[in-house]
Amino acid sequence: MAAEKSTDGGFNIDPMYQFKIKEWIPIDLGFIDLSFTNSAFFAFLAVGLVCLFLWTAMSGSSLVPTRMQSMAEGIYEFVRNMVRDSCGEAGLKYFPYIFTLFLFILGCNLLGMVPYSFTVTSHFAITVFLALSVFVSVTVIGFMRHGVGFLGLFWPMDAPAAMRPVLAIIEVISYFVRPVSHSIRLGANMMAGHAVLKVFGGFVAALGVFGVIPIAAIVGVTALEFLVAVIQAYVFAILTCVYLHDALHMH
Amino acid sequence: MEGDIGNMGQYIGAGLACIGMGGAGIGVGHVAGNFLAGALRNPAAAQEQTATLFIGIAFAEALGIFSFLVALLLLFAV
Repeated sequence: MAAEKSTDGGFNIDPMYQFKIKEWIPIDLGFIDLSFTNSAFFAFLAVGLVCLFLWTAMSGSSLVPTRMQSMAEGIYEFVRNMVRDSCGEAGLKYFPYIFTLFLFILGCNLLGMVPYSFTVTSHFAITVFLALSVFVSVTVIGFMRHGVGFLGLFWPMDAPAAMRPVLAIIEVISYFVRPVSHSIRLGANMMAGHAVLKVFGGFVAALGVFGVIPIAAIVGVTALEFLVAVIQAYVFAILTCVYLHDALHMH
Repeated sequence: MEGDIGNMGQYIGAGLACIGMGGAGIGVGHVAGNFLAGALRNPAAAQEQTATLFIGIAFAEALGIFSFLVALLLLFAV
């Protein structure tokens, strides 16, 4: 460890360089910057790959599934069961949205694991947008189903009467903090993991022959990153289900 | 913010904020450890509770994420 510290000073490899957004096709509309960036490209690529995967997998749609088809069906059933277990039958109406979210985030996360690619979900701009769309739609669903009674979510009736105002404040704060933690969890996990990979990559360059030790670490961290990529997509989807459950059934 | 003292305070503050992530680590370990302890006592019921496990981990992790956020804000936004 001491050797790493003393030698990597000579190499200036910025681990944050991989998150730099580059404008490939500048489009400036004056009031808004609509440039086609590498982030936009990889987001489209993720969507395209997911669509291609589902189309090719389900094009045959035989009774005895092929390997691709059983993969697609497995993912579909997995998300469907997750929605039904956590929101009940009423939540199945919103299953396409959660399935789309899950596959988009999974696609972006896994695409980010390809060397020299760009991790779309490592940018808070993307994850905050995803989380805010979940937050807004869940709140709208809650008010559509329960009307003004949805505000009862913040007024715990099973608590002692004296405690209720205090608990209501805590409930309101925790409700509005949801999109913050929801988005930053995904973004921070992806960003931190990829930055760690690049930091270890810097060690390899700095250590010369002894670089095999950090390479071994990189292999392990890469495996862990694949796990994190899948788990974070799962966590994002299941938290969406939890929030949806609150809106549909009010605790 | 300008000058070396200001930068120093920023970096020290960011480092201090990261201590909070240790708490998140304790919390996540607690959730996972208790899940494992319960799962080994009753393996039949463990399968259904994996979703609850991940929700618990996600909530425990959220507070660590806030300290990470404070560190990021101190480093890049102040």
